[in-house]
Amino acid sequence: MLKNRNFDFIANRKKFFIITLVVVAVIILASIILKPNVSIDFKGGTIISYSYENKLDLKNVKNTAKDSLGKSVQISGKYDKTLGLDSFEIALASNESIDAKTQDALTEALNEQYPDNNISEVSTTTVNPTMGKQFFLKCLVAVLFTAVLMILYIGIRFRKIGGWSAGLTSVVALLHDSFMVFGAFVLFRMDIDDNFIAVILTILGYSINDTIVVYDRIRENKRLYAKKKDTVEIVNMSLNQSITRTLMTSITTILTMLVVVVVALITGTTSILSFAVPMIVGLTVGTYSSLLLAPNLWVLWQTRNKKKKKK
Amino acid sequence: MRRVSKPVFFIIAVLILLFAVVSVTGVSTRYGDVKTVRINGIKEIRWGIDIRGGVDVTFTVPEGVDATDAQLESAAEVMRQRLLNLNITDYEVYTDNASDRVIVRFPWQADDTDFDAEAAIEELGETAVLTFRYGTAQDGDIILQGSNVTEAKAIYAPTDNTGSTYAWQVSLELDDEGAEAFATATAELSAENGQISIWMDDTCISAPSVSTTITGGSAVITGNFDSDSATALANKINAGALPFEIVTESYSTINATLGEGARDAMIISCIIAFVLICILMIAMYRLPGIIACLCLLGQICGTLAALTGFFPFISSFTLTIPGIAGIILAIGFGVDANVITAERIKEEIRSGKSIDGSIELGYKRAFSAIIDGNLTVIIVAIILMGTFGTSGSVFAKLLKPLMFMFPASSEGSIYSFGYTLLVGVICNFIFGVFASKYMLKSISGFKCFRKPTLYGGEKNAEK
Repeated sequence: MLKNRNFDFIANRKKFFIITLVVVAVIILASIILKPNVSIDFKGGTIISYSYENKLDLKNVKNTAKDSLGKSVQISGKYDKTLGLDSFEIALASNESIDAKTQDALTEALNEQYPDNNISEVSTTTVNPTMGKQFFLKCLVAVLFTAVLMILYIGIRFRKIGGWSAGLTSVVALLHDSFMVFGAFVLFRMDIDDNFIAVILTILGYSINDTIVVYDRIRENKRLYAKKKDTVEIVNMSLNQSITRTLMTSITTILTMLVVVVVALITGTTSILSFAVPMIVGLTVGTYSSLLLAPNLWVLWQTRNKKKKKK
Repeated sequence: MRRVSKPVFFIIAVLILLFAVVSVTGVSTRYGDVKTVRINGIKEIRWGIDIRGGVDVTFTVPEGVDATDAQLESAAEVMRQRLLNLNITDYEVYTDNASDRVIVRFPWQADDTDFDAEAAIEELGETAVLTFRYGTAQDGDIILQGSNVTEAKAIYAPTDNTGSTYAWQVSLELDDEGAEAFATATAELSAENGQISIWMDDTCISAPSVSTTITGGSAVITGNFDSDSATALANKINAGALPFEIVTESYSTINATLGEGARDAMIISCIIAFVLICILMIAMYRLPGIIACLCLLGQICGTLAALTGFFPFISSFTLTIPGIAGIILAIGFGVDANVITAERIKEEIRSGKSIDGSIELGYKRAFSAIIDGNLTVIIVAIILMGTFGTSGSVFAKLLKPLMFMFPASSEGSIYSFGYTLLVGVICNFIFGVFASKYMLKSISGFKCFRKPTLYGGEKNAEK
């Protein structure tokens, strides 16, 4: 596989940067136009519980509720032990509580659609976000601290190849990846919830590992060929040497997620898709950023520095 | 190269397979109709609300009480901490300021007999006000309260100075204010040979007599404790007291939010994916590929074992979608460690080195990449666990200088991601790095396994 590999990863640098910038622009535009579906956990909102009799298909109820309220809702089935009745709840994320009129209209719409189920409202609760501002601030501090630690660690371990530049460019690649995952959630109209955080964290882990493996090879080759080859040659050589490994690892992981997607589609548990599909997107961009974005940024940094020194 | 003797491969391989079987099936003994689980298997995994459903409890304040927003938020945080102390990492805790409600959801399966949901609800709603009082009466003057305690720990220690009898106790570290109050009180009481009583809500836990003045800010609660009750009390004190009394308004069971089949779909896809990865690894890397598969199996089972409560020192853990994400990421690291090494060995073989030399060099060269990648991710996992876990944990203490400005706010789903990731990466070191090295070195000692093609060497290079 991939014998006599001799791709030039560096010469096409401008093309890669342009592609990346275009995609970033598209995502920014899309998130302004489409508005991300932020879940109730982050935004707070209203949870309305209804009890019902007989059998009811909650997927259809979800659509009825969506049409009546004019926005996306989450629905889940329950068994009310206090009342001894089957029930379901509709959760909708919003910044303010919904007014009585809208809610009456919803109850009416549900009863009209399902006259045999005797649907009646049990309770309405306006909840605060569980992951509100404090949570985001804390996340931010945690992220910043992690970034600093990573740059420090990479800076020390890769001091032979200009540690700071290696650390900073790999963190830039990480930012790129998390932004792309966010874009996937926006474009696929998926709820931004716990899954979103899980996917982002996973992709960050993958991508930093990928980038480090590439930098490790550059570090080794630099030691071996420092006098014979220039930076661009060494980077190209390192990327060609490690590409089989990078692809192999990415392919196996993407394969795992593809299997999840296929099984989910066959068994009809489409809910898992909101985890697996963004994961595939993230893994793909993670591979791209570690193979192309981070090393190219690093080369740019190194060659600029050298030019300055010569002057 | 240091030789590894031939049987090592078989010993490690058998150990991994045995471990895999035991950690999946568990060990249980049956005595008549009573089944006792000796070692927890995969069935004992507690799945999250999203996968298997759970219970939903609405707590509210007693009539006539009006809780402030801040009180309600701190009540919610106390509940989050208590849930995490029960190792329930998957929960939703919502607060409603307008109607003074706290809605708590946590996973529970209808057929789960090991876990008593109603007891858990009761424990959540307990106010947990700890007080030390003068004398033995409940209305005795308060010496110090739970809020003066900086840390509570369950310990197994001697009950007197002679060290002859040991018992479970709860040791308390007090803050400055508490230490001072405690010193004054014990000085006063020891003079008249008086008693201190220790109360949790309306229950007197113990009433020791005071013989000496206790300075230095630590105290011990002795009483009728076993390991569980001492730990439970310590956890309750650490989690803090609810700011007001609380009543249960409604209680219902909720269906899996991901739909019924989600768990089975996940399991099926994991098995298929594992088989596919094995095929791919063996096709690409031959002998190192086979060993990689064994190591991956060991790594996966090691991670599962840390979730089921297989090891007596790690209690069972809730498995949620973010938790599964952590496992997948860790397995990815496992695959990657094996791929990097196998690729390196292949390269060395193709450059004309001997088999032994190639294996030695392959592991050596791959190690720097593996260790850098894995260590960075361990840093991330530890930060996540410290930021979003309980305030009493080791990880949280590490991050205290950074997170001091934030009130404790736990987030179980992220904590569980950090946990599975950390465990998975540690397992990767054990299996993917060390076990695989010894297995490959050992098996390469056999004559029939001394063909370079088995390690990815090119056919024409065989001559």
